[in-house]
Amino acid sequence: MGYAGYRIIYDNPKTEGSLPDPDKCRKAVVRGSGQRFFITALKMQEGEAMDRVIAAISTAVAPAGIGVVRISGDRAIEVAGRIFRPASKKRALEDAPGYTAMYGWVFDADGDIDECVTLVFRAPHSYTGEDVVELSCHGGPYLLQRTLRAAFSAGAVPAQPGEFTKRAFVNGKIDLTGAEAVMDLITANSRLAAKSALAVREGALYRKMETVLDELTTAAANLSAYVDFPDDDIPELESGALDKTLKKAEETLNNLLDKFDAGKVVREGIDTVIVGRPNVGKSTLMNLLAGHERSIVTPVAGTTRDIVEETVRLGDIILRLADTAGLRKTDDSVESIGVGRAESRLERAALVIAVFDGSEPLTEDDCELAEKSSRQTSIAVINKKDKGIIINTEYIKNKFKHTVLMSAETGEGLEELEKALGEITGVAALSDNEPILSTERQRLCVVRSLECIKEARQAIRESITLDAVGVCIDGAIDALLELTGERATETVVDRIFERFCVGK
Amino acid sequence: MNRQMGYIAGEYDVAVIGAGHAGVEAALAAARLGCATVIFTINLDSIGNMPCNPSIGGTAKGHLVREIDALGGEMGVAADANLIQCRMLNRGKGPAVHSLRAQIDRREYSKYMKYRLETTENLDIQQAEVVKIERLGERWRLLTHLETEYIAKAVIIASGTYLGGKIYIGDLVYESGPDGMFAANRLTRSLSELGISIRRFKTGTPARALRSSIDFSKTERQPGEEPVIPFSFETKEKLENRVDCHITWTTRKTKEIIEKNLSRSPMYGGRVRWVGTRYCPSIEDKVVRFADKERHQVFIEPCGLHTEEMYLQGLSSSLPVDVQLEFYRTIPGLENVKIMRPAYAIEYDCCDPLQLSATLEFMDYPGLYGAGQFNGSSGYEEAAAQGLVAGINAALKILGRPPMILDRASSYIGTLIDDLVTKGCSDPYRIMTSRSEYRLVLRQDNADERLTPIGRRVGLVDDLRWENFRQRQEAKKRERKRLKETVLPPTEQLNRLLVSCETTPVSTGVRLEDLLRRPQLDYQKLAPVDSQRPELDPMVREQIEVEIKYEGYIRRQRAAIDELRRLESRLLPDGIDYSEIKGLRKEAQEKLNRIRPANLGQASRISGVSPADLSVLVVWLGSRGRAENSES
Repeated sequence: MGYAGYRIIYDNPKTEGSLPDPDKCRKAVVRGSGQRFFITALKMQEGEAMDRVIAAISTAVAPAGIGVVRISGDRAIEVAGRIFRPASKKRALEDAPGYTAMYGWVFDADGDIDECVTLVFRAPHSYTGEDVVELSCHGGPYLLQRTLRAAFSAGAVPAQPGEFTKRAFVNGKIDLTGAEAVMDLITANSRLAAKSALAVREGALYRKMETVLDELTTAAANLSAYVDFPDDDIPELESGALDKTLKKAEETLNNLLDKFDAGKVVREGIDTVIVGRPNVGKSTLMNLLAGHERSIVTPVAGTTRDIVEETVRLGDIILRLADTAGLRKTDDSVESIGVGRAESRLERAALVIAVFDGSEPLTEDDCELAEKSSRQTSIAVINKKDKGIIINTEYIKNKFKHTVLMSAETGEGLEELEKALGEITGVAALSDNEPILSTERQRLCVVRSLECIKEARQAIRESITLDAVGVCIDGAIDALLELTGERATETVVDRIFERFCVGK
Repeated sequence: MNRQMGYIAGEYDVAVIGAGHAGVEAALAAARLGCATVIFTINLDSIGNMPCNPSIGGTAKGHLVREIDALGGEMGVAADANLIQCRMLNRGKGPAVHSLRAQIDRREYSKYMKYRLETTENLDIQQAEVVKIERLGERWRLLTHLETEYIAKAVIIASGTYLGGKIYIGDLVYESGPDGMFAANRLTRSLSELGISIRRFKTGTPARALRSSIDFSKTERQPGEEPVIPFSFETKEKLENRVDCHITWTTRKTKEIIEKNLSRSPMYGGRVRWVGTRYCPSIEDKVVRFADKERHQVFIEPCGLHTEEMYLQGLSSSLPVDVQLEFYRTIPGLENVKIMRPAYAIEYDCCDPLQLSATLEFMDYPGLYGAGQFNGSSGYEEAAAQGLVAGINAALKILGRPPMILDRASSYIGTLIDDLVTKGCSDPYRIMTSRSEYRLVLRQDNADERLTPIGRRVGLVDDLRWENFRQRQEAKKRERKRLKETVLPPTEQLNRLLVSCETTPVSTGVRLEDLLRRPQLDYQKLAPVDSQRPELDPMVREQIEVEIKYEGYIRRQRAAIDELRRLESRLLPDGIDYSEIKGLRKEAQEKLNRIRPANLGQASRISGVSPADLSVLVVWLGSRGRAENSES
């Protein structure tokens, strides 16, 4: 038992699907100048070595038109051949060339399972770079599970979360940026997230970076030529112009970072807490958002004693929603634990939805809540619009940037809530085709680059000599090139000779 | 192999082929380390010759010379001894890029180097062309054109532009080495037979003109700078500027003549296909590639004190002699110029440096080393640096000691060699400050601090040099302590000084160190308020000042250096067949098999090895380690 291989864990473990067992984890940070990245090497089960055939249901396990079982590995076609019978008796799966489809039946020891179209990909021309078979069956969960089990009994083993992508990555089919985007694609559960993940893969982010890189590289080359060829008539570098270039790059990168946060909301959702004093309709709102009964709703105040969690999608936004016990002073010991949790949850949440009962006058608890939650990113929901509003709405509107009047009961005002949430999270400002940074790693590269640019600008302001400015710009380029795996010094040297007539 | 090749004239530890700047350093290093050494040159009078510009140093090149000196090499001392003008380039652009450049009396330099070789113990000099080398068990057999035979444990090839040298001037093509020397025409074949991959590079040089035919009144004088700063840390005597250089410019007419005659250039006339030499472009290249540039700068440099020959930097050309004269005469000051040697382009054989390891030994031919232009570089300083490293490593191997490998973070020498053996080159490689990602640390002022301890371990730094170095280090430590501990009270005198330097006055006591850190202040300016100041070596003072002023930047680079060294410490064992490693992309497999990096750091710098490939290597190294563990 030992290191049968490694799994790449991305900065955000959520994209991987499951958290590694910390005991089995060995972290290796691989950093090379210009090519820094993090790998978490994970001690894997003996059986997870690359030479095994893996299989998994690669579509959502939910009622759907079509479901796909994907099998990958050196013997994938052989394994699939044991559970698939082509309709035409003259054909055999083993003989199928790559990129072909075959119609037939999947079966197991109990007989035929389903009608099926089988796609064959031969190495290296497949997603993973290995032989891959995709069995497209009818989408029912039962049939798919049975097909998968058949594949297992034919010699495949269950794929670990993200293992197809890991293999694609290890086989050099996708680069790190690509791998991360694919990781996102796998977990993207909203329309927009899927779109922006695709945008990275197709290079929208890269193109944006390229513009910044191009300008920085030219600046660095000007600087280097000026320094490396002092006898050649290189025009003296004007620090104002240099600073202008840097400023522009700084703005672009800042913009990308802003979008990253909004993008994250699209991709991963935002930790949201619903708070309010008892029985203002928090659970009703939660159920409205979730689309089904999740919290127990009764007219008795204090029904929800623990935190109820749910991930819901509202338009393009994913809310990781927590409904909490009503905030009030209580003697009930169980309820008071709930209240305590709700309060700490309130402090940790990235977004607070504060609910007020519009049909009643403001209470002391309401005011305290307004005070507390308005210190965070928050939105006020004045509920029970259907029962007539008598609450002091002006007071609430003064406290909160966003206030929505609605009825959780009837659903009236839900659209306004959605709109307000879009504005708060910045998602509204995202357009579908805009490149956004999709992972923490990419964000860190940009942050590092930005720091270097700021440092360079500061050096210019303080009239520090050009060599130090140059080193900062190199750092900025280097950080961005990390996303593409190139090296700063070479690109700068090439640029010098492109642009300047230098040499003896 | 029993065939009698000839008369066995000698058996040596190290044989050096070529006595240019690479060969000289290699031979001196090997001999000084106690190896019986022989150096071959086609002509004794061309030892340490400067067939191109009569100068040493320049940006990054000056750093190389300092580094060679710090390791115990010869070039810095020799340059100081024969210096006729000196300038510190890039003053005002920052300490990392300050670079020394000196005009050298080239005949005197050559004489100096020849005498050095002649008077070095363990070193024999032979005027002979080596025409063949072959393996003889673990040793090498060399045959000369005199049909004499030599046997050596290690061979260092430093053949410069002599190897297969061919000169082009317009339609004229003839076999020749530089400066009218014979070419070495036979050795290449023997290298190819061994299986070494050889290619052809091109470089060029401008004409030499008679001083009295130049009208200097039409040019701009460029005198040397006082005081002259020496290259060598050991040069104590005061050096003097003895000559001026001059600057002039090409004209529109120059351009016209060149454009009109382009078809008569071997390259633009389509008779040869040269990979564009980026660093030594000919004037034709400049006119074609930068067509919108109105004029190009020309430096007129004296070749020595006792010669009237002047070097015309910037006017390298392979146009016919008549065209050369015609366009030279369109340049202010050169209207009546008399050319003594024409400009020419020279084509020569060199190896693909990807075949070498960082010790400059051929990976597939133990005991065979390359240095200088033979390795694809350009420039005297680049050559000398490689010669020194090859000489040291050949000797260390023979002595059974571990090799000296300088990494990128240690020096420009390390950067140069790593670039050559990891990335290779498609045109003659020139060192530049922008090639180093650690340039705030790799300064010319601290070359001794970086490399003298290494030179001492190797054995090229003698007791005197070592003692001087230690004293400088001690003085530096003491002074840094003093600057840190000395607090100046906020006196009126201090604040007047601060205000006059356009920096904010102080209201409380302030450390000298903190004052020095201010961009507006320097050591010199603080003199009036720093009365306790000890007498300091200017070099030490410079180091201290830079370290304090650039502390934040330097700290960042040091962190990057730590990262580099961590990756470099992950060794890739010898003899890996990368095509067996599943998951590496084909391009990466090919590159890795060809370059055979010594460690993950070097692998990460190979173009075509992606981060994904590197992670596959990490995976592979890990699983390999595991397999070995479970076996044992």
